[in-house]
Amino acid sequence: MSANGLLQIALFLGVLLALTKPLGWYMARVYEGKLPAFVRWMAPAENLFYRLCGVNREEEMRWTRYAFAVLWFSLLGVLAVYAMQRLQGLLPLNPQHFGAISPDSSFNTTLSFVTNTNWQGYVGESTMSYLTQMVALAVQNFFSAASGMAVLVALIRGLARHSAETIGNFWVDMTRSIVYILLPLSVLLALVLVSQGVVQNFSEYKSVPLVDGVSYDQPKLDAAGNPMKDATGNPVTEKMTVKEQTIALGPVASQEAIKELGTNGGGFFNANSAHPFENPTPLTNFLEMLAIFLIPAALCYTFGSMVGDTRQGWAILAAMTVLFAGFLAVAEISEQQGNPAFAALGVDQTASATQPGGNMEGKETRFGIVNSALFATVTTAASCGAVNSMHDSFMPLGGLVPLAQIQLGEVVFGGVGSGLYVMLIYAVIAVFIAGLMIGRTPEYLGKKIEVFDIKMASLVILIPPLIILGGTALAVMLDAGKSSIFNPGAHGFSEVLYAFTSAVGNNGSAFAGISANTPFYNTALGFSAWFGRFWLMIPVLALAGSLAAKKRIPEGAGTMHTHTPIFVGLLIGTVILVGALTFVPALGLGPIVEHLTMIGAH
Amino acid sequence: MLKELKPAIISFLVLTLITGIAYPLVVTGIAQGLMPEQANGSLIMKDGRPMGSALIGQNFSDPKYFWGRPSATGPMPDNAAASSGSNLGPTNPALIDAVKARVKALRDADPGNTAPIPVDLVTASGSGLDPQISPAAAEYQVQRVARVRGLPVKEVRRLVRQHTEDRQLGVLGEPRVNVLQLNLALSALH
Repeated sequence: MSANGLLQIALFLGVLLALTKPLGWYMARVYEGKLPAFVRWMAPAENLFYRLCGVNREEEMRWTRYAFAVLWFSLLGVLAVYAMQRLQGLLPLNPQHFGAISPDSSFNTTLSFVTNTNWQGYVGESTMSYLTQMVALAVQNFFSAASGMAVLVALIRGLARHSAETIGNFWVDMTRSIVYILLPLSVLLALVLVSQGVVQNFSEYKSVPLVDGVSYDQPKLDAAGNPMKDATGNPVTEKMTVKEQTIALGPVASQEAIKELGTNGGGFFNANSAHPFENPTPLTNFLEMLAIFLIPAALCYTFGSMVGDTRQGWAILAAMTVLFAGFLAVAEISEQQGNPAFAALGVDQTASATQPGGNMEGKETRFGIVNSALFATVTTAASCGAVNSMHDSFMPLGGLVPLAQIQLGEVVFGGVGSGLYVMLIYAVIAVFIAGLMIGRTPEYLGKKIEVFDIKMASLVILIPPLIILGGTALAVMLDAGKSSIFNPGAHGFSEVLYAFTSAVGNNGSAFAGISANTPFYNTALGFSAWFGRFWLMIPVLALAGSLAAKKRIPEGAGTMHTHTPIFVGLLIGTVILVGALTFVPALGLGPIVEHLTMIGAH
Repeated sequence: MLKELKPAIISFLVLTLITGIAYPLVVTGIAQGLMPEQANGSLIMKDGRPMGSALIGQNFSDPKYFWGRPSATGPMPDNAAASSGSNLGPTNPALIDAVKARVKALRDADPGNTAPIPVDLVTASGSGLDPQISPAAAEYQVQRVARVRGLPVKEVRRLVRQHTEDRQLGVLGEPRVNVLQLNLALSALH
């Protein structure tokens, strides 16, 4: 890897870690209700809002009530987003006159956006009106992110408190996540993105003349709209020439900002952050990657600060960073090596001062290999799912990285809120395993970890693989599942495995060759996203309630410290061990066998 | 559990107004006020008419133009109303065939040139709208464009250099050449 490549990666991690403490400190103050002076002027409006909603912000909730609040809020999102898609043709701000979206696609997109997944079976610029993008989809980008952050804060309170019955007020935690954290950062990021060329307007799509006209063959259709065939069964095509290019526009920057900051990932356009209007320059690319990791990293500091020992947060962040570096190295090296099949064709894949080289299929020139592999690793370490290159065209091992990271539970920084709450579950499992090894009752942050807690933690660890592997197995046995596969061989299996992994992990990126906009995949992946989100959130809240009720036990001679390098190593080991035991066989059938076949052939 | 329904409905509506309507409108207002060019698609204007966008690639197949990244959008390449990559996997025979065909087209247009072809010139971009190619991919085409147009190689190379952007802030991204702007500049020479 080139010196410049290493410098770009170092710069990215350096800026990220430099922002972790200030933002983490700020968020801790926000959630503890001790607003810093520079935002205190917003407090009267916040109080007015609670009065309007009939919320007493001093009134705290038990975990069950907190869970119902999350579910009601999400359920309203489901109704609103579904209705807006089905009624799209009747609603305003639709300059391209897009009609209603089919019931199964609307169902899928709805569950996908409410669960922070943003899996997209549709093509944004030819399906969704500006109103649907802004008011249905982007709103869920704020709401689902804020819900995740609220649940994390509830779990942190469970760890921080003792002998308490309640874990906070969902309405307060959710509202504060939006108005003090997500919204101001989004305005700032959106404006910087516009300055670099991300579009922000409500115009209809623009036609421009082509310098060099384009000729292409288009299948000829009969009167009924079916492709015509000649006597020998070959499709009949007609020569078409176009002299104009239609350029899709829209209110992109505002949606782009929250798409990254809320680790949502749903692109305004089909090509997502590979599209020059979503991600026009290397600087926007840097900022978008930074925005994906910013809040998840800073929440580690918030966690440490709220439990009264910032070393606890740094230890978690250290484990995440080590895992990230390992995955990044695999992705960078495998993409830079390029495709061995091209070597015999007279193609130059060697990186130099004037070209990125490597596997450039599905990648943009301005990002090259370094920033494409980095973005792919970032977006799947977090539960974002935005892409600036097509993961389906990655080399087998390069494509294994996003897949494996989502399968580990997106605990490497992870989604806003959801990444850290699953990582804290892993921390509970890690102390449990350590406790078993030395024969002591496990404890974490002064809380005894007991049977109920381990049951809840186990649910969080076991439910995702159950749905991912079960769903994949079902899909590859059914014609409805197999007929959507695009690439042949082992890679086709990877496409299906990736689809279920992405949906359950609430990631939303794809091996996008798969035709997922079918009733089978729309339904199966919609449910997968829903269970992958709420069947984890509910046990996490149950654990929060259980931990809050416990007494704090004083530190003794046998207490295992959870801020030490040994614990960081134990945590990394737990994450990898659980993930590897669960998913290695499936990965073996997909990317690994594809890699071996490939090197065997060359 | 029904107790939470009222705050759910009211907060849903109010926060939708704030994040779904007020937020994009405020961003649009500021963007259109301060940065109208970028906010409206970075259009290249000539005599008051748009000639294309500096950020959106166009397809070139005439040997007198520099060719850009191959595009996998349908039904025609560089369809800016339906962005898309090819999604062909690395071991898919269709990918190898596509690359072979692109190598052949480049060789046929420039029979004397036996230099290895930079990979970005024969692989489809992620968006299908990539406006740029690597400086190496431009250099590969300099001789052909100069010969077909009857221009001195030095002159063409000078134009390429003029349209080459270095890494942003000296560090970020990759060096690149904007194909549409380069071709418009070439045409303006005549």
